[in-house]
Amino acid sequence: MQIGTGHYLVLSTALLLIGTLGVLTRRNIVIILMSIELILNAVNLNLIAFSRHYGHVTGQIFAIFVITAAVAEAAVGLGILIALFRNKGTVLADEIDLLKW
Amino acid sequence: MSEYYTSADHFVLLPAIMLALFGCAILLFEFLIGAGAKQRRWLVVLGLAGLAFTGRALWMQQAALNAGAQLSAFKGALLVDGFSLLFNWIFLFTSAIVLLISYKYLEIENENHGEYYGLVLLAQCGMFFLACGNDLVTIFIGLELMALGFYIMVGFLRNERRSNEAAMKYLLLGAFSSGFLAFGFSLLYGLSGSTNLRDIAVAISQRGAGDPLTFLALATTSVGLFFKISAAPFHMWAPDAYEGAPTTVTAYLSVGSKAASFALLLRVFLGPFGDLRAMWQPLLIAVALLSLLVGNLAAISQTNVKRLLAYSGVSHAGYMMLGLVAGNQTGLQGVAVYILVYTFMNLGALLVIVAMRRENILGEDIDDLAGLMHHHPVYAIFMLVFLLSLAGIPPTAGFLGKYYIFLALIETGHYILAVVAALYVAVAVYYYFRIVRSMFSREEAPAGVGIPLAGSLGVRVALAVTGALTLIIGIYPEPFLRFAGESLMK
Repeated sequence: MQIGTGHYLVLSTALLLIGTLGVLTRRNIVIILMSIELILNAVNLNLIAFSRHYGHVTGQIFAIFVITAAVAEAAVGLGILIALFRNKGTVLADEIDLLKW
Repeated sequence: MSEYYTSADHFVLLPAIMLALFGCAILLFEFLIGAGAKQRRWLVVLGLAGLAFTGRALWMQQAALNAGAQLSAFKGALLVDGFSLLFNWIFLFTSAIVLLISYKYLEIENENHGEYYGLVLLAQCGMFFLACGNDLVTIFIGLELMALGFYIMVGFLRNERRSNEAAMKYLLLGAFSSGFLAFGFSLLYGLSGSTNLRDIAVAISQRGAGDPLTFLALATTSVGLFFKISAAPFHMWAPDAYEGAPTTVTAYLSVGSKAASFALLLRVFLGPFGDLRAMWQPLLIAVALLSLLVGNLAAISQTNVKRLLAYSGVSHAGYMMLGLVAGNQTGLQGVAVYILVYTFMNLGALLVIVAMRRENILGEDIDDLAGLMHHHPVYAIFMLVFLLSLAGIPPTAGFLGKYYIFLALIETGHYILAVVAALYVAVAVYYYFRIVRSMFSREEAPAGVGIPLAGSLGVRVALAVTGALTLIIGIYPEPFLRFAGESLMK
């Protein structure tokens, strides 16, 4: 069977859904951050599949930018998480409850 | 200057270069001059100097544009038109106000570090790319640059748990929405084979409506954008982030980030998705109505002014979206005017809250404002003007914004929407006037009435400017209307 662009699209959509589920249901903030990475990797997969489909490198360049942004986001996110952990002593999302309506 | 970087490219990019240069210079300068409080004042001056250079570059672009020049750079990846310049002026104004008010506030919070001023400029650099970007890669990087700056600034009070929590929630939801937006972008690239918004628009119109890939791209991109403008049901981050962030950052976030995200939303919905109006209009109506409902009803029960303004910001996003729903000339002009006046009045209202922060008083609760009229009448009257304007009562600027939105809705035959939107103004008046009633009440003075407000020179200047503009636009709107209208025409 030939693996085509359509297959990659199905895979990336599945990754997007898994990532979304992870963000919505997991308690541990580190795992939520990992789920967000999953979503961004779904984006990268899409970009590279389309890039191959069209036979040019634009999508690959875009993917490099997305990877860079994802790394920066993870760095800032873990930094904030460490500050939070120092003051509060937990990394569980449902125990972060000072702000509420 | 080479084939890849021509002088035309340089001219378009100049404001961003200035912002990045001065932003990095502040980071370096703080390191060089040490941690003394006296020297840190120079960082504010350096930041303002950077904004002055940026303003000069923008002014030259405006002049070139008025002379009829076509300004685009990097093979159409950046586009300077009236639309992007209008937004860039708004960003410049907002950053200048934020720089003016931050110094004293951060001193009181005991977190006055130089990075803050650098981040303000770098976040504005991101906003520049959001307003000018005409290419998916440029837009995505601009968005991330802005968002990363804001994540750090929201959590800037690193020893305060509220600030930590706000930053964490904002980062998780912000990154999540960026992921969705990026997914939408990747599909847009996939269905057109190009990252340029114009090529994408052509490709989408060729594919026609009902194409599943186009629908998926529209859906994911919209979710990402609605998150960024804090429209219901994607607004959950806004109240937490606004409340926990330092008030100066709340001001920047609620105005700068919202305006930049709206610039992106307008560009995407009127550009690539322009032909799919039949598809996104019902969606936009639903989200706008839900934003009005959630924003207004949730604001009623708030006791914290910053949180109240966050929910009212959700409803303001709803009004702005209604202008896009109408979609005619009046409606788009209405959106531009609305964003312009929202900048002045929302900044102003938060400025008063910044001044309330003194010694060990947070000054964010409605009760903290009790009796303000009797011990600090000038601040109370300014606050009254901003609240009247936010509620949309003439002769203040806010009335004008709402007027154009309603007019556009009536012109395009959305009578029911216009009536519903107008009815929510009555709800808004109720909760804004809870603050006013507290300010004018004579009973139970809150603790710490005797401590003077933290009105530094910067806060007073900023208050005077925003207050004057809120009133002037309300009373004599012609020049501003012409400016906003012409901006969109070009």
